[in-house]
Amino acid sequence: MSNTALCSDDVLLNDWHVVADLANLSAEVPFRTRLLGIDLTIQAGRRHGRDVVRDDSGEAVASEIRYGFLWACLGTPDRAIVGVPEAGETDRHLVTGGSIAVKVSGLRAVENFLDMGHFPFVHTGWLGDEPHTEVAPYKVEVTEADELLATECRFYQPVASPTASEGFVVDYVYKVIRPYTVALYKSNPVQKDRLDVITLFVQPVDEENCVAHPFLCYLKDGIDAAIVRSFMQLIFAQDKPILENQMPKRLPLDPRAETPIRADAVSVFYRRWLRDHAVSYGAIPART
Amino acid sequence: MLDTAKTRWHPIAASSDLPFRHVFHAQLLGREFAVWRADDGYVNAWENRCLHRGVRLSIGINDGRELKCQYHGWRYSNRTAGCTYIPAHPADAPARTITNRTYPAVERYGLVWSAEEPVDEVPAVSGLAEGDLLVLRGIPLNAPADLVADRLKDYRFQPSGRLDGAEADVTVEAAGAFSAALCSRDGDAATLAVFFVQPVDSGRSVIRGVLDSRLEGAERLAVLRHHNELLSKLRDTLERDAAQMPAPAPIEPVIERVSPELAEMPEATPHGRKAAIRVQVARKWAAADGIAGFELRPIKGLLPTFQPGAHIDVHMPNGLIRQYSIVNGPGESDSFGIGVKLERDSAGGSSCMHETVREGDVLAISEPRNNFPLRRDAVKTIFVAGGIGITPLIAMAQALKNQDLAFDLHYFAQNEAQLAFPERTGTLGMALKPHLGLSPEQTGAKLREILSGYRPDTHLYLCGPGPMLEAARTIAAELGWPETAVHFEYFKNTKVIDDSSSFEVALARSCMTLTVPAGRTILDVVREAGVDMPSSCEQGACGTCLATVIEGEPDHQDVYLNDAEKRSGTKIMTCVSRAKSARLVLDL
Repeated sequence: MSNTALCSDDVLLNDWHVVADLANLSAEVPFRTRLLGIDLTIQAGRRHGRDVVRDDSGEAVASEIRYGFLWACLGTPDRAIVGVPEAGETDRHLVTGGSIAVKVSGLRAVENFLDMGHFPFVHTGWLGDEPHTEVAPYKVEVTEADELLATECRFYQPVASPTASEGFVVDYVYKVIRPYTVALYKSNPVQKDRLDVITLFVQPVDEENCVAHPFLCYLKDGIDAAIVRSFMQLIFAQDKPILENQMPKRLPLDPRAETPIRADAVSVFYRRWLRDHAVSYGAIPART
Repeated sequence: MLDTAKTRWHPIAASSDLPFRHVFHAQLLGREFAVWRADDGYVNAWENRCLHRGVRLSIGINDGRELKCQYHGWRYSNRTAGCTYIPAHPADAPARTITNRTYPAVERYGLVWSAEEPVDEVPAVSGLAEGDLLVLRGIPLNAPADLVADRLKDYRFQPSGRLDGAEADVTVEAAGAFSAALCSRDGDAATLAVFFVQPVDSGRSVIRGVLDSRLEGAERLAVLRHHNELLSKLRDTLERDAAQMPAPAPIEPVIERVSPELAEMPEATPHGRKAAIRVQVARKWAAADGIAGFELRPIKGLLPTFQPGAHIDVHMPNGLIRQYSIVNGPGESDSFGIGVKLERDSAGGSSCMHETVREGDVLAISEPRNNFPLRRDAVKTIFVAGGIGITPLIAMAQALKNQDLAFDLHYFAQNEAQLAFPERTGTLGMALKPHLGLSPEQTGAKLREILSGYRPDTHLYLCGPGPMLEAARTIAAELGWPETAVHFEYFKNTKVIDDSSSFEVALARSCMTLTVPAGRTILDVVREAGVDMPSSCEQGACGTCLATVIEGEPDHQDVYLNDAEKRSGTKIMTCVSRAKSARLVLDL
């Protein structure tokens, strides 16, 4: 079965991935997880830093701590951990949104994060509400930094954020930073000229399983960290059963595998961008 | 070896697995199915994934007429599995070709049967009389179907009338690769039990047993319990044995690719003015004073998917072609209903339908086209119908009613006897608002009342005689309705077409420059040059032959485009409109 296949994509092997939320690690008990099909054990007990050890070879892999998460790289890191500039701003809550295991390819989870059309149906009463279902045209481009950027995304939301008291049309910007990392910027309801940021670090457990680690940088103005976290968990809990009912579990890159519509422009770009970057882990390659 | 032939019928569910508005998750030879019964009784067996993003349809919502995907709310019609609505793009009619893969579903012996590519009929089983049977609970088990069928021959049970005995004589009446018929006799009691083994996957099965006589009450419960206990024991042994054997590789069903047009998103265009479908007039009746209703059933196969607002071309015995809106509600896919008003100055179309066409006659019709699509993202929708203009609006109102969306249907007619399709409008409750016997002045005043107080997210749909539509559009504009919220459909274009101009048409994609002389239409000239163009009414009313203008100034003579669209100069109805400039460049 594909979920035991090993990863041969250098772009993933030589990149950093979140393997645990530090808040979930105990001082006494080792934490077991899996990354790109490799079983890992995070040793307990060390105060500074944590060793991440491969179960198959017993060797430690490269690891670092950043943003409240433990990161690991199975190969040789060829770039730094994704930078989140907003994490350096002192007037923001920096909250991890809970590590949510989802039985689907992490690429499907990223695509779902980029999707506005499902708001009225999956996040009914929160991020969308029938009959306000239209996805207006928006712009998608690949930036000079080779990131995927969707701008001018607008959607009517009844309760767009934990502090919203009435429905309004929300502006979004989406950015795919790495194959398994995606960020969302939305206007803050209080300080309208600033943006709240949610970055989703998706841990590719194997080809058909992932753990989504949301990282929220919300302006503190008028909101508690606990509420930010519980809102994120509510939203993600609504996505999980839908994602786990997608067939096939891996993301098909063949343009004819599924039926895109104009609202899906960003996922059409995402699938093409994955093809161009030779990402095959968690994907079903296009037929040639 | 397990016989995995796709031509063989297998049970995939019991009829009792399909209660009111449920969607059942079935599996056969590795392939998953979403099985659901519409309110009209039709059993649908579809591939268990939405074509859009692959989400299982077995978690979708069966509203009795359509199946709605949980992920993005796409709606698929009963019978055809064609997509009828995509909420993310409420102003567009989905391409008719967005259609899920369907499989045959036949109910027999209390079970639902299917196959990927069946030949012949569901096999007849001697000794089982339809309707007088007892269907046992399906027993799922982790063992290959061929092993299960083989072991079932040794299944021992008591006849239904003598459960307390232990001496029954059981004989194998028949046995096949996926079935075993056993007869149990004890004294004068005898019961025939037929077991069908459903191959779920290479290593999983369901035993579906059917007994030859129906029972009620306590007796029925006792028999069900008797077999449940025995079959559970059989399952335990079979699963133990199967676990000792090497696990067979799971069957990986091929998921077919969607068509290239769908993958690229430009809507698939229907071509030509063709009458591809043959239908029989199953019923003809007086739908109202002066209006004949027709129920058109397919001669064979299924009718294509329609959406509210769609029309068909009807090719009449006298050679004329006329357009009629489909009045059906969502999911009513076994026939098309249309209404035909007898026109006093009929050119032969309506009189032919009224006087010549009879029940049992065969007519040719086109596929349904929807140039009058219904948005379903309005907070409130107002329908205004005049006379026979009710027909597309009835279909729309029924669709909104089915989704519990707010609307009013204002129906202007001379008198009560002229209100058509009362059996349909009667289901709309208080939303139906008839206005009878009003003069043109009174109609104008009533329209002013209806259209006063425009609010955002309200949409207006108009269909009726030309003068009434003109009046309603003018009033709506005066009362602050934006053109984008006012949608209309004319029966016909009553303008006098001026075809005296002559000009050049360049087809950008086909790389051709053609001359349109006086007296001929762009549509004619383009078709003659070998470029396929769809058309329907050919008088500038229906919207089918729309083309995009890249350069040049159109001379609009149609009644399909609204004023803003006409001013923008980017669209043209090629059947009647022409050019004011010497040259037009079209995206064809």
